[in-house]
Amino acid sequence: MPQIIVERLAKSYFVSERQAGALGALKGLIRRRRRRIDALADVSFSLERGELLGFIGPNGAGKSTTIKILSGILRPDAGRVEVDGLVPYEDRIRHVARIGVVFGQRTQLWWDLPVIDGFDLLRDIYRVDRAQYARSRDELVAMLRLDRLLDQPVRQLSLGQRMRAEIAAALLHSPSILFLDEPTIGLDAPSKLAVREFVKRLNRERGVTVLLTTHDMHDIDALAERVIVIGHGRVLADGTFDSLRAQIAAENPDEIDESPLAIEEVIARFYHLHGATEA
Amino acid sequence: MEIARPYVAAFSARFLLMLQYRAAAIAGFLTQCWWGAIKIMVYAAFYRASSPSTHPAMTLAQVATYTWLNQGLLALMPWGCDPEVALAMRTGVVMYDRLRPVDAYAYWYARAAAFMTSRALPRAILMVLVTGVGMRLLGFRELSWAPPPNAAQSALFVLSLVLMVSLSSAFMMLLNIGVVVTLNDRWVSQSMNPLLVVLSGSLVPLALYPDWAQRALFVQPFAGVVDIPFRIYSGNLAGVPAYQGLALQLFWTVVLVLVGRMWMEHVMRRLEVQGG
Repeated sequence: MPQIIVERLAKSYFVSERQAGALGALKGLIRRRRRRIDALADVSFSLERGELLGFIGPNGAGKSTTIKILSGILRPDAGRVEVDGLVPYEDRIRHVARIGVVFGQRTQLWWDLPVIDGFDLLRDIYRVDRAQYARSRDELVAMLRLDRLLDQPVRQLSLGQRMRAEIAAALLHSPSILFLDEPTIGLDAPSKLAVREFVKRLNRERGVTVLLTTHDMHDIDALAERVIVIGHGRVLADGTFDSLRAQIAAENPDEIDESPLAIEEVIARFYHLHGATEA
Repeated sequence: MEIARPYVAAFSARFLLMLQYRAAAIAGFLTQCWWGAIKIMVYAAFYRASSPSTHPAMTLAQVATYTWLNQGLLALMPWGCDPEVALAMRTGVVMYDRLRPVDAYAYWYARAAAFMTSRALPRAILMVLVTGVGMRLLGFRELSWAPPPNAAQSALFVLSLVLMVSLSSAFMMLLNIGVVVTLNDRWVSQSMNPLLVVLSGSLVPLALYPDWAQRALFVQPFAGVVDIPFRIYSGNLAGVPAYQGLALQLFWTVVLVLVGRMWMEHVMRRLEVQGG
């Protein structure tokens, strides 16, 4: 039985709109306009234990929304989600104890605390046994090369250092599932490589199920055997990266395949083919 | 204590972090000394100008002690939402709070209590040293921060102080949830302040209001964050009325916690974390 089941997920939200300028502001006082945005229209997929899935799609396609629903932060409007037999948003507390989540654009560590103090705090928040915590902390520190950062306040870390610390923070309670939302955003090449290498090891050696979103296609190329492309809140493709490439090639039979398309080119064409570029 | 472990950890981490802000503590302390001194001088003028035949509900010495207590423990009043919650809402970091396997209300409540007590502690110590010890040594006995009259009142005060922090934290939680609903941390979180200043007894001790208002003032929830504990301290509220005061503090804490929990549950169901 799959570890993660997502069936016909739908979620929309409203954005307030206002005409620009003073007149628009005055009109807005009297009458508010709200526009409905369907972040997810119909998303279904399932994931087996130990799989590593890459989730890609243009900005605003619904990737983050899916991760937020899977991790229990948001409630969908329709559809069914089950992770390890639990419905995330119905059984939030039990569910979140079993998963690790990193949102690349936001920090979960305490800005003013040294990294190690933040880790200790997470140990207590997740009620991790002290001996077990010491083991997993030391392993993570070694694997992510954090030993020299532990005493520094989080605000003084570089983005690459911080991201490594964030990933460690998400794994201190030894979750069996890891959600990574754009973990390589803004990182330099060595940091990206370090993150990729770590995620791969975590998945291969520990059997942790990983679902990651990214805009960096090299992440996908290096990590994921399976890719889901999402656009307009729907699943556009679900398979290997090579199958995407094959699909693009089939659309353009005239193009002589002298050099294989660059990875970004394949994806850009794929988005275009499905009219999935952002409005 | 495995159940309480996350909340104790969240409390102590915040408490220890906030204690580092020495400059803020000293600045706050100086302002509070200044205000306390002005208020007490005004009271002294009133008391000395009134005829000896009037019997005010509190003596000047009790009012002075009440005022210094209020100034020293000003940070234990719910003046606004928890700035950490406001920041989390603005930046979207609130998502991570939703990812912790803890009771969401208790998690924020512990942090609110830590925020208030950590700010109050250094200010209160300085205040005792200056207006308790210092003023007495200089001979301003009647206008100083006096110790409680006896051991029984001291014990009741400790209990009342604990309830005061519990009640204040429950008030702060309502402001926190208000900020989550409106995404506005400034006006919403300060909207309660006019009521708080007047009805808590921070502006004028509630016992000095007209007789016809006394009963209503005593039973309303704000009395529990200033008036009840400080009148217990000075012995102005003793015996049965003191127990009634403690019962009211407990009652309002329970009510506000229940209301806050239900409201938070409702709000979190509709929480939308946008962007990124």
